[in-house]
Amino acid sequence: MQQSDAILQTRGLTVYYGSKQAVSDITLDVARHRITAIIGPSGCGKSTLLRCFNRMNDLIPKSRITGQVLFEGRDLYSPTVDPTEIRYQIGMVFQRPNPFPKSIFDNVAFGPRINGFRGDLAELVESSLARAALWAEVKDRLTSSALALSGGQQQRLCIARALAVQPQVILMDEPCSSLDPIATLAIEDLMRELSADYSIVIVTHNMQQAARVSDYTTFLMGIENRGGQIIEYGETRLIFTNPKDERTEAYITGRFG
Amino acid sequence: MARDTRSLRTSITAKALSLLPRHWKRLLWERLIRLTLAAAAVVSVLTTVGIVSVLLFEAVLFFQEVSILEFLTGTRWTPLFASQHFGILPLITATIITSAGAMLVALPLGLLSAIYLSEYAPDPVRRGLKPVLEVLAGIPTVVYGYFALLFVTPLLRQISPNVSVFNGLSASIVMGIMILPMVSSLSEDAMRAVPRSLREGAYALGSTKLEVSTRVVIPAALSGIAAAFILAISRAVGETMIVAIAAGQNPTFTLNPFVPIETMTAYIVQVSMGDTPTGTLEFKTIFAVGLTLFLLTLMMNLLSQYVVRRFREEYE
Repeated sequence: MQQSDAILQTRGLTVYYGSKQAVSDITLDVARHRITAIIGPSGCGKSTLLRCFNRMNDLIPKSRITGQVLFEGRDLYSPTVDPTEIRYQIGMVFQRPNPFPKSIFDNVAFGPRINGFRGDLAELVESSLARAALWAEVKDRLTSSALALSGGQQQRLCIARALAVQPQVILMDEPCSSLDPIATLAIEDLMRELSADYSIVIVTHNMQQAARVSDYTTFLMGIENRGGQIIEYGETRLIFTNPKDERTEAYITGRFG
Repeated sequence: MARDTRSLRTSITAKALSLLPRHWKRLLWERLIRLTLAAAAVVSVLTTVGIVSVLLFEAVLFFQEVSILEFLTGTRWTPLFASQHFGILPLITATIITSAGAMLVALPLGLLSAIYLSEYAPDPVRRGLKPVLEVLAGIPTVVYGYFALLFVTPLLRQISPNVSVFNGLSASIVMGIMILPMVSSLSEDAMRAVPRSLREGAYALGSTKLEVSTRVVIPAALSGIAAAFILAISRAVGETMIVAIAAGQNPTFTLNPFVPIETMTAYIVQVSMGDTPTGTLEFKTIFAVGLTLFLLTLMMNLLSQYVVRRFREEYE
């Protein structure tokens, strides 16, 4: 991958929780307008790595990093960077749908409102919901509570909410793990569509999902006390058909994890 | 043959005896437990019913001699004087001044400290600070009363000479301090019960800590916070010692916080402790006042339940 194609990069990234290493020495390029999947067994630090891209780990006391995370070539952890600014540009969707206990409209309008959006809010909400393939289902009940939606709808609402701040990157932390297969397929279709305009990084424990949706796959595995490390990284097609590392092969063929 | 029958019979009886009593014993025991528990529950219900009926009964006797209209609209309250007037408004305004003043102190301070404790304070600080706040709640109210009279009032009088020795302001400030721990502790509990996932969702959209607190956590915890506020107001309205000591015993129809006033509770104390003979009209006034106080807090509790239901933002 060429340097200019990478929107996010990590260079020798190690994350500590207290004295424990969660991931170590991660060097990874995330391609622009592509879907990059992070797979690996439980506890290998997939989510930790993902949360470095929008500095969500800052919220965890005693967490610290060494190495670099670059967004468009800029060091995200430089003291001059305001993490809230980063999060406007790098959105996130969580493992369990977490809509605010507010109306559907207010959920989507939340981000634009706090970052001082000037313009037609209703239009932005509509287009965000439409992009998240939810508009048709909710257009008649924008003022009703988001919690009345089904799990799959709630997750698409969370995607719409993330889109409304017009980010460049969307981080997804096992976005389908609490959804049924049909809702999962809807989200996967949506991801494929969104990848035309957004760069997406998805953490998943579901290898089929990684194979179905992603362009690139990185396989992470915890090693001894040093936390997760990249075992293999490359085009999804190659990783799943012709893995170079035998541990990757063992994992994707279901021999562990 | 006969012996066989007998032995069969005895064995059946023995079996029945050994079975039946155990069954009965268990049944009896269960019933006893249920009765004990029910009795415990009934005690509190009966007490409430008893109190309310005594209040009602005595108040009805009072209203046979004094018209309800005079009671509710009169602006002079002088049942213990030669020229008797039974207008409760001075007692009500005094109660409102002191309670509202207390809320003005306790609400902002309580909410701000709850936000600090729940959202900003590092763990060790919160663990240290919360017990300190709760110690405030354990101070006897009579101590607060003297604190108001002997410390806060002289301070106020240094600031402004218009402040009397007994006044509503000092009592409200100290009462506010007294209910502060209740407001902050209950509000903090409500705020900490808001799931972490909601906070993370807000942070991920670029919220600052303040935006997370004010736009997500507080709205989500609003029903709990409202409940804390109403509980605190009820406490303030019913609070007795502080106002009896610091606000005075001088029923004045005024909203001026600098002059001596008398709240409903302070009046009840004055009569109960004084040498007013039981059974007289003067004595019956305390039941009429008590009933008014009861209805006031009851209304507030109903209002709070309505507010809580109306404005609740539920999460899951």
